[in-house]
Amino acid sequence: MDIYLPIAGQSVNALLIIVLGFLVGVLSGMFGVGGGFLTTPLLIFYGIPPTVAVASSATQITGASVSGVMVHMRRGGVDMKMGGVMIVGGLAGSVVGAAMFRVLQSSGQIDVVIGFLYVLILGWIGSLMLKDSLISLGYIGSKPEVGPAPRHNRWVASLPGRWRFYTSGLYISPVAPLALGFLAGVLTVFLGIGGGFILVPAMIYLLGMPARVVIGTSLVMILAVSAATTMVHSLTTRAVDIVLAGLLLVGGVIGAQYGALLTLRIKPDLMRLALSVIILLVALRMALGLAWHPDEIYSIEYL
Amino acid sequence: MSARLSSILLAFSAVFLVATDKPVLVPDISARQVQIRYSFTGAQLLLFGAVVYPGGSAPSRPLDIAVVLRGPVQPILVREKQKIAGIWMNADSNRFRSAPSFYAVASSKPIDQLVDERTAAIYELGLHNLQLSPGGGALPEKERRFEAGLLDLRRRHGLYAEDPHGVEITDGVLYRAVITIPSQVPVGTYTAETFLIDRGKVIAAATRDIQINKSGFERFVALAARRHEGLYGLTAVLLSLGLGWAAAAAFRRRF
Repeated sequence: MDIYLPIAGQSVNALLIIVLGFLVGVLSGMFGVGGGFLTTPLLIFYGIPPTVAVASSATQITGASVSGVMVHMRRGGVDMKMGGVMIVGGLAGSVVGAAMFRVLQSSGQIDVVIGFLYVLILGWIGSLMLKDSLISLGYIGSKPEVGPAPRHNRWVASLPGRWRFYTSGLYISPVAPLALGFLAGVLTVFLGIGGGFILVPAMIYLLGMPARVVIGTSLVMILAVSAATTMVHSLTTRAVDIVLAGLLLVGGVIGAQYGALLTLRIKPDLMRLALSVIILLVALRMALGLAWHPDEIYSIEYL
Repeated sequence: MSARLSSILLAFSAVFLVATDKPVLVPDISARQVQIRYSFTGAQLLLFGAVVYPGGSAPSRPLDIAVVLRGPVQPILVREKQKIAGIWMNADSNRFRSAPSFYAVASSKPIDQLVDERTAAIYELGLHNLQLSPGGGALPEKERRFEAGLLDLRRRHGLYAEDPHGVEITDGVLYRAVITIPSQVPVGTYTAETFLIDRGKVIAAATRDIQINKSGFERFVALAARRHEGLYGLTAVLLSLGLGWAAAAAFRRRF
């Protein structure tokens, strides 16, 4: 079943896009990530223009994070003050990111930068996850822990001005979550990813937030920033394809629900192993395009 | 329909009024308008027509026909990737001020057997005779390299096509050619040109316009994204919030 995308200006197989959205949704429901890091590259491989792929998958992330936010809000697993600070950073990040996006777009390097950042981030996260899951499945031995880690990161503790975050039980400088939000905002505009898989570890290891509020808070932040990113893209690049986003969403929101159910039934370490292999394969495919041979030598920009 | 009829009548009356010794082309197209809807996956256009000879009978020597369908001209920038420090990045670019967004030529014989290079260049017959107006005073070899890259890219996307045996001529009078347009074509006014060729010379030519437009919902979305960016973005956000909420609500009830 083919359907015409009015902004991308081409027809795609609607079922394939819905299935793609569904699979990414399952992953996002299971691991609490937005799943944009898989949607965007897969859409680009399919032949959607990179700008449209990035902008439209930001829209999908909003939908995928809604149900997660609802669940965590009910359980009280959201630190609204921390989330608010990060959202402010994220909004600033998405505006600055959009300006950088424009500059790179006019210099013609945007597809190279998108590819390069993807290889870097996916390669890094994928190998970390692969190592973690292999350790917990017992295939490789882990290094013995060298004493308890300090509760506060040295860099974070040295930042000026401290605020009390009661829900997280923290007394830290707001600059750290602000900077973290900023980074996630830039990444959302650039790569069409929510940044959840960077935010979650950073909130645990850098800020020292308790695990019970980390997922909920990061989801609130992703929800707000991805919604803002959709607005930023519609106003600047005008590349949000509402039909493409709608197809991804229909599959994605249903997939997210099944994913949340699956977490109760399947051994999480095995799933994490599978996810890390998928991430590394996507990173490898992008790396080949950058270092070995690009899909196209020539590209056309309309003036 | 009446417009088509009157144009045919006009063409016929022109034959009798002018009464020259040259044949006249009466071309037509299977569709004057192509509407891009949600199910649009490309289209096939039939370009057909008749040759009206003075005196009414076809000459013993067969004539040849070439048809060209071209889309609106766009100024474009072609970028070229080169390997720099181990990474393929966009290193060089060249501007073309008048690249047709779509170009397909079909002829009854290969173009180089029909006309000489000069005639082909004048009528822009064949991909290598397109007047792309490269800008920026680049070296000729660089321009040729970029032109080859552009032609190859668009040919593989189905936007540029050459069919050296695509025109079928029946009894020296009726001709027909099928041209396929892919789903990626831009909207605008397309022109279908037909050339009647005799011994290396174009002896008659005729032009028809075709409108390719987005229609219905597709047109609405494309216009909204350009003219009402804020509302469009807001709609996209609300759509994703609504769908996410609906799925969560539906599943909570079921499980």
